[in-house]
Amino acid sequence: MAYTMIQKIIGSHSDEEPIPGSIVWMDLDIRSARDFAGASVVKNLETNYEGESQIADLAKTVFTFDCVVPANNLGYAENQQIIRDYARERDIKLYDVNAGIGSHILIDDGLAVPNSTVVGTDSHLNILGAIGSFGQGMGDQDIAFTFKAGRTWFEVPETIKVTIEGEMPDYCSPKDLTLAVVKRFGSKGALGKAVEFEGKAIDQLGLDGRITLASMVTEMGGIIGLIEPNDEVMDYCRTRSNNPDLEKVQADEGANYVDEVVIDISDLEPLISLPGHPEDVVTVRSLENQKISIDSTIIGSCTNGRWSDIKALADILEGNKIHSRVMMKVVAATREIYGKMLSEGTLQALYDAGAIVSHPGCGSCAQGQLGMIGTTEVQISTGNRNFRGKQGLGQNYLASPATAAVSSLAGYIKAVDY
Amino acid sequence: MKPTTIKGKAIVIRDENGKSIDSIDTDMIFHNKYLHITDINEMGQYAFDNLEGWEDFATRDIGEILVIGQNFGSGSSRQQAVDCFVALGVKIILGESFGAIYKRNTINAGVPLIESQGIMDETNPPIDTEDELEINLETGEINNLTKGTIISAKPMSKVQLDIYKAGNLFEYGRQL
Repeated sequence: MAYTMIQKIIGSHSDEEPIPGSIVWMDLDIRSARDFAGASVVKNLETNYEGESQIADLAKTVFTFDCVVPANNLGYAENQQIIRDYARERDIKLYDVNAGIGSHILIDDGLAVPNSTVVGTDSHLNILGAIGSFGQGMGDQDIAFTFKAGRTWFEVPETIKVTIEGEMPDYCSPKDLTLAVVKRFGSKGALGKAVEFEGKAIDQLGLDGRITLASMVTEMGGIIGLIEPNDEVMDYCRTRSNNPDLEKVQADEGANYVDEVVIDISDLEPLISLPGHPEDVVTVRSLENQKISIDSTIIGSCTNGRWSDIKALADILEGNKIHSRVMMKVVAATREIYGKMLSEGTLQALYDAGAIVSHPGCGSCAQGQLGMIGTTEVQISTGNRNFRGKQGLGQNYLASPATAAVSSLAGYIKAVDY
Repeated sequence: MKPTTIKGKAIVIRDENGKSIDSIDTDMIFHNKYLHITDINEMGQYAFDNLEGWEDFATRDIGEILVIGQNFGSGSSRQQAVDCFVALGVKIILGESFGAIYKRNTINAGVPLIESQGIMDETNPPIDTEDELEINLETGEINNLTKGTIISAKPMSKVQLDIYKAGNLFEYGRQL
């Protein structure tokens, strides 16, 4: 039987055949919870399994704090303490408020690897598709159960194959490619389905670009977007997990796809999502004539908070000053990236340009650690969602770090030169 | 032992023109302004109070079988959007399709859920509010006792049945 990537991953973690539409029991390599919903996970465990062992395997269980770090309100402070106390009592691994975004830490610390299964309370945990890992966000009862049982049931999704044709123009970034895909599918185009990305442009994407692409499959309604790891990704994961024997996961020849979509990016241009709807995508150039003034930019999030994102930003800012009306906020995804900004001199360049650089974490998404805007203010975010009210009540656009950078210098929405 | 056949009166969610209301999200089912409520006994009164035409749902004589259309429960992961119906005496939900997390939450709560395309359209004999139905969870057969018609829907999966029989996911976990 020829399988797609999701079938291969689920099949290797289950005794049952991974037929799309069927429900199977699946072993979970990593079960995690973050500061959002993590306290409810603890409460569920304590209520339902009082006096029993609540953690099936310490080595496979982890808490990651990334939503509001450090806590800036009493609710989060209390919830984080509940989790800290629980974790310390049982010696559960905890990445505390200084670590960064959980989904990224799982990759960088080698906990999530190609062909692994990972669950957590982050609805963007499917970002792990970037390395060919099956990550899935779930509710707090679901996750509590996985801490106890080490496995869960899952309905095997059908797969859509997306082939990216053509070479990406050098003035475009992985975020532009990602927005082109989101535009093509719309908000429900991949509802309940797995997506597999392939094509030369995909093969050439580095880990950071893969993370950007995989992170927005949620905005298309998809279960996960999987990318077959290339040699660079395999080397990274082998090193980080300290496991030289890690094997690549790939779809079988002749696997069955419910749909096959081809997107040609030879003529790709810098793209931007209009406020309120990630899938409402236009070219940045089409807005330039309107000279839409901006008040704020935020560069970071699980979608664009990697080293290459920060580097692309700093390269444009270096030696320039951010427009006086713009507050630019920069949030690295992880402490490791933050450290690299320090050692490579990027932090100095950002400081000199006038940017506000914060500590690593989720940043402004879900009204998190910083970065709200006022009702009539305009912001460009490099995040993945711009639903009204999510990052303040103003107009919030989504674009690449490069678009955010040139717009921050100009004071209005502007594309890179091309 | 939990019964594998459920009998009761249907309430069918349609608009004023008799059309199925699709893509009812969790804010229409149980609005986020009530998220602080954790006592299930308090949840029923707010069910559908943000769904146009159904604001008085909680005060109606709703029966035991909730029948809905496509993409029911899309949106957030709130468990209250399932529990509010349980609080009102709903014993089973029949629908054409569900949001992924909503479906998991319903199944994990031990509430029977039948997902089957065409339940609401003309490919099948109609189900109307107040119809007396008998549903076999293992075969998916929906017997409309009022109209004397039968619909063959997709049966519940083994996992669903196991969780339902145990009571909920946590109870089921104890048996593993």
